[in-house]
Amino acid sequence: MTEMTDRRSVSASVARWGLLLLAALFVLLPFWMTTLGGFKSLGELRVSPLGLPRQWDATAYLDILTSSMTWQMMLNSVVITGFTVALVLIIASMLAFTFSHIRFAGKQYLYSYVILGMMFPGATAILPLFIKIRDIGLLDTYAGVILPQVAFGLAMSVLLFRTFFEQLPKELFEAALVDGCSYGRFFWTIVMPLSKPILATVGVFILVGSWNNYIFPLIMLNDQSVYPWPLGLMEFRGQYGSEWNRILAYITVTILPAVAFFLYAQKYIVAGLTGGAVKG
Amino acid sequence: MKSVDIALEAQRTGRLSAVKEWLYRHNTGGRLSTLLLFIPPALMVFTLLVILPIAESGVYSFYRWNGFTALSDSGRWVGWRNFQFILQDPVFHQAVWNTAKIVLISLLIQLPLAMMLALSIASKGSLNTLFRLVYFLPFILADVVAGLIWRFIYDGNFGLVAAFTQLFGMESFYPLADRDWAFNAILVVVVWKYFGYHMMIYIAGLQSVPNDLVEAARLDGASRLQIIFRIKLPLIMPAIRLSIFFSVIGALQFFEMAMPLVTSGGPSGSAHTIVTYLYEFGIVRSRIGFGSAVAVLLFVMCAIFAFIYQRFVMARNTA
Repeated sequence: MTEMTDRRSVSASVARWGLLLLAALFVLLPFWMTTLGGFKSLGELRVSPLGLPRQWDATAYLDILTSSMTWQMMLNSVVITGFTVALVLIIASMLAFTFSHIRFAGKQYLYSYVILGMMFPGATAILPLFIKIRDIGLLDTYAGVILPQVAFGLAMSVLLFRTFFEQLPKELFEAALVDGCSYGRFFWTIVMPLSKPILATVGVFILVGSWNNYIFPLIMLNDQSVYPWPLGLMEFRGQYGSEWNRILAYITVTILPAVAFFLYAQKYIVAGLTGGAVKG
Repeated sequence: MKSVDIALEAQRTGRLSAVKEWLYRHNTGGRLSTLLLFIPPALMVFTLLVILPIAESGVYSFYRWNGFTALSDSGRWVGWRNFQFILQDPVFHQAVWNTAKIVLISLLIQLPLAMMLALSIASKGSLNTLFRLVYFLPFILADVVAGLIWRFIYDGNFGLVAAFTQLFGMESFYPLADRDWAFNAILVVVVWKYFGYHMMIYIAGLQSVPNDLVEAARLDGASRLQIIFRIKLPLIMPAIRLSIFFSVIGALQFFEMAMPLVTSGGPSGSAHTIVTYLYEFGIVRSRIGFGSAVAVLLFVMCAIFAFIYQRFVMARNTA
Protein backbone atom coordinates (compact mmCIF):
# COMPACT_ATOMS: atom_id res chain seq x y z
CA MET A 1 0.00 0.00 0.00
CA THR A 2 2.79 2.40 0.84
CA GLU A 3 4.36 1.64 -2.50
CA MET A 4 1.10 2.52 -4.22
CA THR A 5 0.73 5.85 -2.46
CA ASP A 6 4.40 6.52 -2.99
CA ARG A 7 4.14 5.99 -6.68
CA ARG A 8 0.95 8.01 -6.82
CA SER A 9 2.44 10.90 -4.87
CA VAL A 10 5.52 10.83 -7.08
CA SER A 11 3.44 11.14 -10.23
CA ALA A 12 1.31 13.79 -8.55
CA SER A 13 4.34 15.82 -7.71
CA VAL A 14 5.74 15.41 -11.22
CA ALA A 15 2.42 16.67 -12.60
CA ARG A 16 2.43 19.54 -10.14
CA TRP A 17 5.96 20.61 -11.04
CA GLY A 18 5.23 20.21 -14.74
CA LEU A 19 2.25 22.52 -14.44
CA LEU A 20 4.10 25.09 -12.36
CA LEU A 21 7.06 25.23 -14.71
CA LEU A 22 4.95 25.28 -17.85
CA ALA A 23 2.90 28.17 -16.53
CA ALA A 24 6.08 30.00 -15.56
CA LEU A 25 7.50 29.46 -19.05
CA PHE A 26 4.27 30.74 -20.60
CA VAL A 27 4.51 33.89 -18.48
CA LEU A 28 8.22 34.56 -18.76
CA LEU A 29 8.96 33.74 -22.40
CA PRO A 30 7.37 36.97 -23.72
CA PHE A 31 9.34 38.99 -21.16
CA TRP A 32 12.53 37.23 -22.17
CA MET A 33 11.95 37.87 -25.87
CA THR A 34 11.00 41.49 -25.29
CA THR A 35 13.94 42.47 -23.12
CA LEU A 36 16.55 40.71 -25.25
CA GLY A 37 14.92 41.75 -28.51
CA GLY A 38 15.83 45.34 -27.74
CA PHE A 39 19.52 44.37 -27.81
CA LYS A 40 19.40 42.66 -31.18
CA SER A 41 19.74 44.04 -34.65
CA LEU A 42 16.65 43.85 -36.81
CA GLY A 43 18.25 41.22 -39.00
CA GLU A 44 19.14 39.01 -36.06
CA LEU A 45 15.70 39.44 -34.53
CA ARG A 46 14.23 38.07 -37.72
CA VAL A 47 16.24 34.86 -37.67
CA SER A 48 16.53 34.28 -33.93
CA PRO A 49 13.78 35.82 -31.81
CA LEU A 50 14.49 33.45 -28.89
CA GLY A 51 18.21 33.16 -28.32
CA LEU A 52 20.66 35.49 -26.63
CA PRO A 53 21.89 38.33 -28.84
CA ARG A 54 25.07 37.38 -30.68
CA GLN A 55 26.23 40.91 -30.32
CA TRP A 56 24.78 43.06 -27.58
CA ASP A 57 23.74 46.27 -29.24
CA ALA A 58 22.37 48.92 -26.88
CA THR A 59 21.72 51.57 -29.54
CA ALA A 60 17.96 51.16 -29.44
CA TYR A 61 17.94 51.53 -25.68
CA LEU A 62 20.30 54.51 -25.73
CA ASP A 63 18.28 56.28 -28.41
CA ILE A 64 15.19 56.00 -26.26
CA LEU A 65 16.84 56.93 -23.00
CA THR A 66 18.51 59.99 -24.50
CA SER A 67 15.38 61.20 -26.26
CA SER A 68 13.81 64.15 -24.45
CA MET A 69 10.39 62.95 -25.68
CA THR A 70 10.69 59.81 -23.56
CA TRP A 71 11.34 61.79 -20.42
CA GLN A 72 8.67 64.35 -21.21
CA MET A 73 6.12 61.54 -21.45
CA MET A 74 7.29 59.94 -18.25
CA LEU A 75 6.98 63.33 -16.56
CA ASN A 76 3.48 63.81 -17.97
CA SER A 77 2.53 60.41 -16.57
CA VAL A 78 3.99 61.28 -13.19
CA VAL A 79 1.98 64.51 -13.04
CA ILE A 80 -1.28 62.89 -14.16
CA THR A 81 -0.88 59.90 -11.86
CA GLY A 82 0.29 62.01 -8.92
CA PHE A 83 -2.70 64.31 -9.01
CA THR A 84 -5.12 61.47 -9.64
CA VAL A 85 -3.87 59.51 -6.63
CA ALA A 86 -3.79 62.54 -4.32
CA LEU A 87 -7.28 63.68 -5.26
CA VAL A 88 -8.84 60.24 -4.96
CA LEU A 89 -7.21 59.59 -1.59
CA ILE A 90 -8.44 62.88 -0.15
CA ILE A 91 -12.01 63.06 -1.42
CA ALA A 92 -12.77 59.34 -1.28
CA SER A 93 -11.54 58.96 2.29
CA MET A 94 -13.55 62.00 3.42
CA LEU A 95 -16.73 60.66 1.86
CA ALA A 96 -16.13 57.16 3.21
CA PHE A 97 -15.55 58.64 6.68
CA THR A 98 -19.00 60.26 6.71
CA PHE A 99 -20.47 56.89 5.69
CA SER A 100 -18.83 54.98 8.49
CA HIS A 101 -18.70 57.48 11.39
CA ILE A 102 -21.39 60.16 11.02
CA ARG A 103 -25.12 59.53 11.22
CA PHE A 104 -27.23 61.26 8.63
CA ALA A 105 -30.47 60.66 6.75
CA GLY A 106 -30.27 58.83 3.42
CA LYS A 107 -26.78 57.53 4.09
CA GLN A 108 -27.51 54.06 2.76
CA TYR A 109 -28.98 55.44 -0.46
CA LEU A 110 -26.05 57.77 -1.01
CA TYR A 111 -23.63 54.90 -0.48
CA SER A 112 -25.45 52.63 -2.94
CA TYR A 113 -25.47 55.51 -5.44
CA VAL A 114 -21.70 55.89 -5.26
CA ILE A 115 -21.06 52.13 -5.35
CA LEU A 116 -23.09 52.00 -8.56
CA GLY A 117 -20.02 53.45 -10.22
CA MET A 118 -18.19 50.14 -9.83
CA MET A 119 -20.40 48.37 -12.33
CA PHE A 120 -20.10 50.70 -15.27
CA PRO A 121 -16.91 50.90 -17.32
CA GLY A 122 -15.61 54.25 -18.54
CA ALA A 123 -16.70 53.36 -22.06
CA THR A 124 -20.38 53.81 -21.16
CA ALA A 125 -19.72 57.49 -20.49
CA ILE A 126 -16.82 58.24 -22.80
CA LEU A 127 -18.57 60.21 -25.55
CA PRO A 128 -20.52 62.67 -23.37
CA LEU A 129 -17.44 62.91 -21.17
CA PHE A 130 -15.41 63.98 -24.18
CA ILE A 131 -18.02 66.62 -25.12
CA LYS A 132 -18.09 67.90 -21.53
CA ILE A 133 -14.30 68.10 -21.16
CA ARG A 134 -14.12 69.85 -24.52
CA ASP A 135 -16.84 72.34 -23.62
CA ILE A 136 -15.11 73.37 -20.41
CA GLY A 137 -11.89 73.76 -22.35
CA LEU A 138 -9.86 70.96 -20.76
CA LEU A 139 -8.94 68.98 -23.88
CA ASP A 140 -5.17 68.66 -24.20
CA THR A 141 -4.64 69.46 -20.52
CA TYR A 142 -3.59 67.23 -17.63
CA ALA A 143 -6.83 68.09 -15.84
CA GLY A 144 -8.86 66.72 -18.75
CA VAL A 145 -7.42 63.27 -18.02
CA ILE A 146 -7.10 63.58 -14.26
CA LEU A 147 -10.74 64.44 -13.58
CA PRO A 148 -12.29 61.46 -15.43
CA GLN A 149 -9.71 59.13 -13.87
CA VAL A 150 -10.57 60.44 -10.40
CA ALA A 151 -14.28 60.12 -11.06
CA PHE A 152 -14.03 56.52 -12.22
CA GLY A 153 -11.69 55.59 -9.37
CA LEU A 154 -14.00 56.83 -6.64
CA ALA A 155 -16.49 53.98 -6.25
CA MET A 156 -13.97 51.23 -5.52
CA SER A 157 -11.91 53.54 -3.29
CA VAL A 158 -14.90 54.58 -1.20
CA LEU A 159 -15.80 50.92 -0.77
CA LEU A 160 -12.29 50.01 0.40
CA PHE A 161 -12.01 53.01 2.74
CA ARG A 162 -15.42 52.43 4.24
CA THR A 163 -14.71 48.78 4.97
CA PHE A 164 -11.51 49.78 6.73
CA PHE A 165 -12.99 52.68 8.72
CA GLU A 166 -15.83 50.50 10.00
CA GLN A 167 -13.30 48.15 11.54
CA LEU A 168 -11.82 50.95 13.66
CA PRO A 169 -12.98 50.57 17.27
CA LYS A 170 -16.07 52.68 18.04
CA GLU A 171 -14.68 53.51 21.52
CA LEU A 172 -11.98 55.54 19.84
CA PHE A 173 -14.49 58.02 18.56
CA GLU A 174 -16.67 58.06 21.68
CA ALA A 175 -13.64 58.91 23.79
CA ALA A 176 -12.55 61.63 21.42
CA LEU A 177 -16.01 63.19 21.26
CA VAL A 178 -16.34 63.23 25.05
CA ASP A 179 -13.03 65.06 25.18
CA GLY A 180 -14.52 67.69 22.90
CA CYS A 181 -12.85 66.58 19.71
CA SER A 182 -14.76 67.50 16.54
CA TYR A 183 -15.49 65.08 13.70
CA GLY A 184 -13.13 66.98 11.46
CA ARG A 185 -10.25 66.88 13.88
CA PHE A 186 -10.95 63.25 14.69
CA PHE A 187 -10.68 62.43 11.01
CA TRP A 188 -7.42 64.25 10.40
CA THR A 189 -5.58 63.57 13.66
CA ILE A 190 -6.80 60.13 14.68
CA VAL A 191 -8.34 58.26 11.72
CA MET A 192 -5.83 59.27 9.04
CA PRO A 193 -2.68 58.25 10.96
CA LEU A 194 -4.30 54.88 11.70
CA SER A 195 -5.19 54.41 8.03
CA LYS A 196 -1.76 54.08 6.49
CA PRO A 197 -2.35 50.51 5.28
CA ILE A 198 -5.60 51.37 3.54
CA LEU A 199 -4.17 54.60 2.12
CA ALA A 200 -1.36 52.52 0.63
CA THR A 201 -3.76 49.89 -0.70
CA VAL A 202 -6.12 52.36 -2.34
CA GLY A 203 -3.20 54.53 -3.44
CA VAL A 204 -1.56 51.64 -5.26
CA PHE A 205 -4.84 50.56 -6.83
CA ILE A 206 -5.41 54.06 -8.24
CA LEU A 207 -1.75 54.58 -9.08
CA VAL A 208 -1.44 51.46 -11.22
CA GLY A 209 -4.78 52.14 -12.91
CA SER A 210 -3.87 55.71 -13.73
CA TRP A 211 -0.27 54.98 -14.75
CA ASN A 212 -1.42 52.31 -17.20
CA ASN A 213 -4.57 54.06 -18.36
CA TYR A 214 -4.90 54.44 -22.10
CA ILE A 215 -8.52 55.16 -23.00
CA PHE A 216 -8.96 58.54 -21.27
CA PRO A 217 -5.71 60.09 -22.57
CA LEU A 218 -6.48 58.64 -26.00
CA ILE A 219 -9.79 60.47 -26.14
CA MET A 220 -8.84 63.68 -24.34
CA LEU A 221 -5.33 64.42 -25.63
CA ASN A 222 -4.21 65.32 -29.12
CA ASP A 223 -1.10 67.32 -28.33
CA GLN A 224 2.00 65.14 -28.06
CA SER A 225 3.61 67.40 -25.47
CA VAL A 226 1.06 66.28 -22.83
CA TYR A 227 0.97 62.57 -23.79
CA PRO A 228 1.47 60.10 -20.94
CA TRP A 229 3.71 57.14 -21.74
CA PRO A 230 1.11 54.61 -22.99
CA LEU A 231 0.12 57.05 -25.73
CA GLY A 232 3.78 57.72 -26.34
CA LEU A 233 4.43 54.01 -26.74
CA MET A 234 1.65 53.63 -29.29
CA GLU A 235 2.88 56.73 -31.10
CA PHE A 236 6.39 55.29 -31.17
CA ARG A 237 5.09 52.05 -32.60
CA GLY A 238 3.18 53.92 -35.27
CA GLN A 239 6.34 55.81 -36.14
CA TYR A 240 8.68 52.81 -36.34
CA GLY A 241 6.25 50.36 -37.90
CA SER A 242 7.98 47.01 -37.74
CA GLU A 243 11.40 48.02 -36.47
CA TRP A 244 10.69 45.65 -33.65
CA ASN A 245 14.06 45.94 -31.96
CA ARG A 246 13.38 49.61 -31.23
CA ILE A 247 9.80 48.96 -30.15
CA LEU A 248 10.83 46.10 -27.87
CA ALA A 249 13.47 48.33 -26.28
CA TYR A 250 10.84 51.00 -25.70
CA ILE A 251 8.50 48.45 -24.14
CA THR A 252 11.29 47.27 -21.84
CA VAL A 253 12.01 50.83 -20.75
CA THR A 254 8.36 51.33 -19.83
CA ILE A 255 8.11 47.97 -18.05
CA LEU A 256 11.12 48.49 -15.81
CA PRO A 257 9.64 51.12 -13.47
CA ALA A 258 6.50 48.99 -13.12
CA VAL A 259 8.45 45.85 -12.25
CA ALA A 260 10.74 47.71 -9.84
CA PHE A 261 7.76 49.26 -8.11
CA PHE A 262 6.02 45.89 -7.98
CA LEU A 263 8.96 44.22 -6.27
CA TYR A 264 9.25 47.14 -3.86
CA ALA A 265 5.59 47.35 -2.84
CA GLN A 266 4.16 43.94 -3.74
CA LYS A 267 2.22 43.55 -0.53
CA TYR A 268 0.12 46.65 -1.22
CA ILE A 269 -0.02 45.99 -4.92
CA VAL A 270 -1.53 42.56 -4.48
CA ALA A 271 -3.99 43.92 -1.92
CA GLY A 272 -4.84 46.98 -3.98
CA LEU A 273 -5.20 45.30 -7.33
CA THR A 274 -7.33 42.46 -6.09
CA GLY A 275 -9.67 45.03 -4.57
CA GLY A 276 -8.80 44.17 -1.01
CA ALA A 277 -9.81 40.57 -1.62
CA VAL A 278 -6.28 39.69 -0.58
CA LYS A 279 -5.27 41.04 2.78
CA GLY A 280 -1.69 42.34 2.70
CA MET B 1 -42.53 102.67 18.25
CA LYS B 2 -40.36 101.60 21.06
CA SER B 3 -42.54 98.66 21.99
CA VAL B 4 -42.45 97.48 18.41
CA ASP B 5 -38.67 97.55 18.48
CA ILE B 6 -38.61 95.50 21.62
CA ALA B 7 -41.01 92.99 20.11
CA LEU B 8 -38.88 92.69 17.00
CA GLU B 9 -35.76 92.31 19.04
CA ALA B 10 -37.35 89.59 21.12
CA GLN B 11 -38.49 87.81 18.00
CA ARG B 12 -35.02 88.08 16.51
CA THR B 13 -33.17 86.81 19.53
CA GLY B 14 -35.81 84.14 19.96
CA ARG B 15 -35.22 83.02 16.43
CA LEU B 16 -31.50 83.30 16.94
CA SER B 17 -31.54 81.14 20.00
CA ALA B 18 -33.73 78.65 18.20
CA VAL B 19 -31.12 78.49 15.48
CA LYS B 20 -28.43 78.17 18.13
CA GLU B 21 -30.30 75.40 19.82
CA TRP B 22 -30.86 73.62 16.53
CA LEU B 23 -27.21 73.98 15.68
CA TYR B 24 -26.22 72.75 19.10
CA ARG B 25 -28.36 69.71 18.67
CA HIS B 26 -27.30 68.90 15.13
CA ASN B 27 -23.81 70.26 14.86
CA THR B 28 -22.28 68.65 17.95
CA GLY B 29 -18.65 68.02 17.24
CA GLY B 30 -19.06 69.91 13.98
CA ARG B 31 -21.25 67.14 12.60
CA LEU B 32 -23.08 69.29 10.06
CA SER B 33 -20.08 71.28 8.97
CA THR B 34 -18.11 68.07 8.48
CA LEU B 35 -20.90 66.60 6.37
CA LEU B 36 -21.05 69.78 4.29
CA LEU B 37 -17.30 69.75 3.76
CA PHE B 38 -16.70 66.02 3.30
CA ILE B 39 -19.55 64.88 1.08
CA PRO B 40 -19.77 67.38 -1.81
CA PRO B 41 -16.29 67.07 -3.41
CA ALA B 42 -16.49 63.35 -4.18
CA LEU B 43 -20.21 63.43 -4.79
CA MET B 44 -19.98 66.26 -7.31
CA VAL B 45 -17.09 64.79 -9.25
CA PHE B 46 -18.85 61.42 -9.35
CA THR B 47 -22.21 62.85 -10.39
CA LEU B 48 -20.85 65.25 -13.02
CA LEU B 49 -18.33 62.90 -14.63
CA VAL B 50 -19.85 59.44 -14.18
CA ILE B 51 -23.60 59.53 -13.68
CA LEU B 52 -24.45 62.58 -15.78
CA PRO B 53 -22.48 61.42 -18.85
CA ILE B 54 -24.09 57.99 -18.66
CA ALA B 55 -27.48 59.69 -18.63
CA GLU B 56 -26.44 61.97 -21.49
CA SER B 57 -25.46 58.91 -23.53
CA GLY B 58 -29.11 57.97 -23.25
CA VAL B 59 -30.18 61.30 -24.75
CA TYR B 60 -27.53 61.40 -27.50
CA SER B 61 -28.35 57.87 -28.58
CA PHE B 62 -31.53 59.11 -30.25
CA TYR B 63 -29.70 61.60 -32.47
CA ARG B 64 -27.52 61.66 -35.51
CA TRP B 65 -24.83 64.09 -34.40
CA ASN B 66 -21.16 64.62 -35.12
CA GLY B 67 -20.58 66.62 -31.92
CA PHE B 68 -18.69 69.47 -33.58
CA THR B 69 -21.38 72.00 -32.73
CA ALA B 70 -24.07 71.96 -30.04
CA LEU B 71 -26.64 69.18 -30.12
CA SER B 72 -29.44 71.72 -30.68
CA ASP B 73 -27.68 73.02 -33.82
CA SER B 74 -26.44 70.01 -35.67
CA GLY B 75 -28.12 67.08 -33.95
CA ARG B 76 -30.94 65.38 -35.84
CA TRP B 77 -33.50 63.30 -33.97
CA VAL B 78 -33.58 59.80 -35.43
CA GLY B 79 -35.61 57.96 -32.83
CA TRP B 80 -34.62 54.32 -32.43
CA ARG B 81 -32.80 54.15 -35.73
CA ASN B 82 -29.31 53.94 -34.19
CA PHE B 83 -30.39 51.02 -32.06
CA GLN B 84 -32.10 49.31 -34.97
CA PHE B 85 -28.97 49.57 -37.05
CA ILE B 86 -26.67 48.30 -34.29
CA LEU B 87 -28.88 45.39 -33.38
CA GLN B 88 -29.01 44.28 -37.02
CA ASP B 89 -25.32 44.81 -37.71
CA PRO B 90 -23.49 41.47 -38.09
CA VAL B 91 -20.27 43.14 -36.94
CA PHE B 92 -21.96 44.06 -33.67
CA HIS B 93 -23.22 40.48 -33.28
CA GLN B 94 -19.65 39.31 -33.75
CA ALA B 95 -18.48 41.87 -31.17
CA VAL B 96 -21.00 40.62 -28.61
CA TRP B 97 -20.07 37.02 -29.36
CA ASN B 98 -16.38 37.82 -28.96
CA THR B 99 -17.08 39.50 -25.64
CA ALA B 100 -18.96 36.37 -24.59
CA LYS B 101 -15.97 34.31 -25.74
CA ILE B 102 -13.75 36.16 -23.28
CA VAL B 103 -16.13 35.16 -20.50
CA LEU B 104 -16.24 31.56 -21.74
CA ILE B 105 -12.48 31.26 -21.98
CA SER B 106 -12.24 32.66 -18.47
CA LEU B 107 -14.68 30.14 -17.07
CA LEU B 108 -13.36 27.14 -18.98
CA ILE B 109 -9.60 27.71 -19.05
CA GLN B 110 -8.38 30.73 -17.14
CA LEU B 111 -10.15 30.24 -13.83
CA PRO B 112 -9.56 26.46 -13.61
CA LEU B 113 -5.88 27.05 -14.42
CA ALA B 114 -5.72 29.78 -11.78
CA MET B 115 -7.37 27.45 -9.28
CA MET B 116 -5.00 24.54 -9.98
CA LEU B 117 -2.01 26.80 -9.53
CA ALA B 118 -3.49 28.37 -6.42
CA LEU B 119 -4.04 24.94 -4.87
CA SER B 120 -0.42 23.97 -5.57
CA ILE B 121 1.23 27.09 -4.20
CA ALA B 122 -1.14 28.45 -1.56
CA SER B 123 0.98 27.27 1.33
CA LYS B 124 3.82 29.39 2.65
CA GLY B 125 7.36 28.87 1.41
CA SER B 126 9.85 30.93 -0.50
CA LEU B 127 9.62 28.89 -3.70
CA ASN B 128 5.84 29.25 -3.69
CA THR B 129 6.21 33.00 -3.18
CA LEU B 130 8.52 33.16 -6.17
CA PHE B 131 6.03 31.33 -8.38
CA ARG B 132 3.27 33.64 -7.20
CA LEU B 133 5.34 36.70 -8.11
CA VAL B 134 6.07 35.32 -11.55
CA TYR B 135 2.43 34.49 -12.32
CA PHE B 136 1.25 37.88 -11.09
CA LEU B 137 3.85 39.77 -13.13
CA PRO B 138 1.87 40.21 -16.38
CA PHE B 139 -1.01 41.71 -14.47
CA ILE B 140 0.95 44.80 -13.47
CA LEU B 141 1.69 45.63 -17.10
CA ALA B 142 -0.47 48.13 -18.92
CA ASP B 143 -2.96 46.47 -21.26
CA VAL B 144 -1.40 48.26 -24.22
CA VAL B 145 2.02 46.88 -23.29
CA ALA B 146 0.71 43.32 -22.99
CA GLY B 147 -0.98 43.75 -26.35
CA LEU B 148 2.11 45.15 -28.00
CA ILE B 149 4.40 42.40 -26.66
CA TRP B 150 2.10 39.79 -28.13
CA ARG B 151 1.78 41.71 -31.34
CA PHE B 152 5.49 41.00 -31.68
CA ILE B 153 5.13 37.35 -30.72
CA TYR B 154 2.41 36.91 -33.32
CA ASP B 155 4.33 38.76 -36.00
CA GLY B 156 4.78 36.33 -38.86
CA ASN B 157 8.22 37.71 -39.65
CA PHE B 158 9.79 38.12 -36.25
CA GLY B 159 8.16 36.55 -33.23
CA LEU B 160 7.58 33.18 -31.70
CA VAL B 161 5.12 32.24 -34.40
CA ALA B 162 7.78 33.05 -36.97
CA ALA B 163 10.35 30.94 -35.11
CA PHE B 164 7.88 28.09 -35.16
CA THR B 165 7.04 28.28 -38.84
CA GLN B 166 10.73 28.62 -39.71
CA LEU B 167 11.61 25.60 -37.61
CA PHE B 168 9.16 23.43 -39.49
CA GLY B 169 9.83 25.10 -42.80
CA MET B 170 6.26 26.28 -43.15
CA GLU B 171 5.04 29.42 -44.82
CA SER B 172 4.92 32.55 -42.65
CA PHE B 173 1.72 32.78 -40.74
CA TYR B 174 0.10 35.94 -39.37
CA PRO B 175 -2.49 34.83 -36.82
CA LEU B 176 -3.70 38.38 -36.23
CA ALA B 177 -4.42 38.89 -39.90
CA ASP B 178 -6.38 35.67 -40.19
CA ARG B 179 -10.13 35.90 -39.84
CA ASP B 180 -10.43 32.63 -37.97
CA TRP B 181 -7.41 33.08 -35.75
CA ALA B 182 -7.31 36.74 -34.82
CA PHE B 183 -9.65 36.70 -31.88
CA ASN B 184 -8.43 33.36 -30.53
CA ALA B 185 -4.95 34.84 -30.56
CA ILE B 186 -6.25 37.73 -28.47
CA LEU B 187 -7.82 35.28 -26.02
CA VAL B 188 -4.38 33.79 -25.34
CA VAL B 189 -3.15 37.23 -24.33
CA VAL B 190 -6.14 37.64 -22.02
CA VAL B 191 -5.28 34.40 -20.23
CA TRP B 192 -1.59 35.32 -20.13
CA LYS B 193 -2.26 38.66 -18.49
CA TYR B 194 -5.03 37.77 -16.07
CA PHE B 195 -4.70 34.20 -14.76
CA GLY B 196 -2.22 35.28 -12.09
CA TYR B 197 -4.65 37.86 -10.83
CA HIS B 198 -7.40 35.30 -10.33
CA MET B 199 -4.89 32.94 -8.77
CA MET B 200 -4.08 35.60 -6.17
CA ILE B 201 -7.75 35.97 -5.29
CA TYR B 202 -8.01 32.19 -4.81
CA ILE B 203 -4.84 32.03 -2.75
CA ALA B 204 -6.24 34.66 -0.41
CA GLY B 205 -9.34 32.52 -0.03
CA LEU B 206 -7.38 29.32 0.49
CA GLN B 207 -5.20 30.88 3.16
CA SER B 208 -8.28 31.65 5.20
CA VAL B 209 -9.40 28.01 5.20
CA PRO B 210 -8.72 26.79 8.75
CA ASN B 211 -5.89 24.29 8.80
CA ASP B 212 -7.34 22.05 11.51
CA LEU B 213 -10.36 21.42 9.28
CA VAL B 214 -8.11 20.05 6.56
CA GLU B 215 -6.06 18.10 9.11
CA ALA B 216 -9.17 16.57 10.65
CA ALA B 217 -10.42 15.46 7.25
CA ARG B 218 -7.05 13.95 6.44
CA LEU B 219 -7.03 12.01 9.72
CA ASP B 220 -10.49 10.72 8.86
CA GLY B 221 -8.99 9.29 5.68
CA ALA B 222 -10.22 11.83 3.16
CA SER B 223 -8.26 11.76 -0.10
CA ARG B 224 -6.55 14.80 -1.52
CA LEU B 225 -9.28 15.29 -4.12
CA GLN B 226 -11.99 14.91 -1.50
CA ILE B 227 -10.32 17.58 0.61
CA ILE B 228 -10.21 19.91 -2.38
CA PHE B 229 -13.76 19.34 -3.59
CA ARG B 230 -15.56 18.84 -0.30
CA ILE B 231 -13.75 21.30 1.93
CA LYS B 232 -11.56 23.84 0.18
CA LEU B 233 -13.70 24.75 -2.84
CA PRO B 234 -16.98 25.17 -0.89
CA LEU B 235 -15.19 27.34 1.65
CA ILE B 236 -13.71 29.69 -0.93
CA MET B 237 -16.88 30.15 -2.97
CA PRO B 238 -16.92 33.88 -2.15
CA ALA B 239 -13.48 34.25 -3.78
CA ILE B 240 -14.65 32.28 -6.82
CA ARG B 241 -17.75 34.43 -7.21
CA LEU B 242 -15.65 37.56 -6.92
CA SER B 243 -13.22 36.42 -9.60
CA ILE B 244 -16.06 35.47 -11.99
CA PHE B 245 -17.54 38.92 -11.40
CA PHE B 246 -14.23 40.57 -12.31
CA SER B 247 -13.89 38.38 -15.41
CA VAL B 248 -17.27 39.40 -16.77
CA ILE B 249 -16.86 43.11 -15.99
CA GLY B 250 -13.39 42.91 -17.58
CA ALA B 251 -14.79 41.28 -20.72
CA LEU B 252 -17.51 43.92 -20.99
CA GLN B 253 -14.94 46.72 -20.95
CA PHE B 254 -12.27 44.91 -22.99
CA PHE B 255 -10.61 47.50 -25.18
CA GLU B 256 -7.11 48.70 -24.36
CA MET B 257 -5.37 45.36 -24.96
CA ALA B 258 -6.98 45.00 -28.36
CA MET B 259 -5.75 48.38 -29.58
CA PRO B 260 -2.14 47.41 -30.31
CA LEU B 261 -3.07 43.88 -31.42
CA VAL B 262 -5.55 44.62 -34.20
CA THR B 263 -6.55 47.79 -36.00
CA SER B 264 -10.19 48.51 -36.72
CA GLY B 265 -11.40 45.26 -35.27
CA GLY B 266 -8.99 43.04 -37.19
CA PRO B 267 -9.63 41.20 -40.47
CA SER B 268 -13.13 42.26 -41.62
CA GLY B 269 -14.11 43.23 -38.10
CA SER B 270 -13.86 39.65 -36.88
CA ALA B 271 -11.98 40.62 -33.70
CA HIS B 272 -14.23 43.42 -32.45
CA THR B 273 -15.48 43.51 -28.89
CA ILE B 274 -18.29 45.76 -27.74
CA VAL B 275 -16.01 48.61 -26.70
CA THR B 276 -13.72 48.45 -29.75
CA TYR B 277 -16.90 48.54 -31.85
CA LEU B 278 -17.99 51.63 -29.93
CA TYR B 279 -14.58 53.22 -30.47
CA GLU B 280 -14.37 52.38 -34.14
CA PHE B 281 -17.86 53.41 -35.22
CA GLY B 282 -18.61 56.08 -32.63
CA ILE B 283 -15.41 57.87 -31.76
CA VAL B 284 -13.11 57.44 -34.74
CA ARG B 285 -15.88 58.40 -37.14
CA SER B 286 -17.25 61.17 -34.91
CA ARG B 287 -20.71 59.68 -34.72
CA ILE B 288 -21.59 60.71 -31.20
CA GLY B 289 -25.20 59.56 -31.44
CA PHE B 290 -24.34 56.15 -32.83
CA GLY B 291 -21.52 55.60 -30.33
CA SER B 292 -23.80 56.65 -27.50
CA ALA B 293 -26.35 54.08 -28.59
CA VAL B 294 -23.63 51.41 -28.33
CA ALA B 295 -22.75 52.81 -24.90
CA VAL B 296 -26.38 52.53 -23.83
CA LEU B 297 -26.50 48.88 -24.93
CA LEU B 298 -23.27 48.25 -23.03
CA PHE B 299 -24.75 49.98 -20.00
CA VAL B 300 -27.85 47.79 -20.18
CA MET B 301 -25.72 44.64 -20.38
CA CYS B 302 -23.63 45.72 -17.38
CA ALA B 303 -26.76 46.60 -15.42
CA ILE B 304 -28.49 43.32 -16.16
CA PHE B 305 -25.39 41.33 -15.30
CA ALA B 306 -24.71 43.30 -12.11
CA PHE B 307 -28.32 42.97 -11.00
CA ILE B 308 -28.54 39.24 -11.61
CA TYR B 309 -25.15 38.59 -10.10
CA GLN B 310 -25.81 40.65 -6.98
CA ARG B 311 -29.27 39.26 -6.53
CA PHE B 312 -28.74 35.57 -7.18
CA VAL B 313 -25.04 34.85 -6.84
CA MET B 314 -23.33 37.32 -4.53
CA ALA B 315 -26.31 37.27 -2.17
CA ARG B 316 -25.34 33.72 -1.17
CA ASN B 317 -22.22 35.04 0.49
CA THR B 318 -24.27 36.14 3.46
CA ALA B 319 -26.66 33.19 3.43
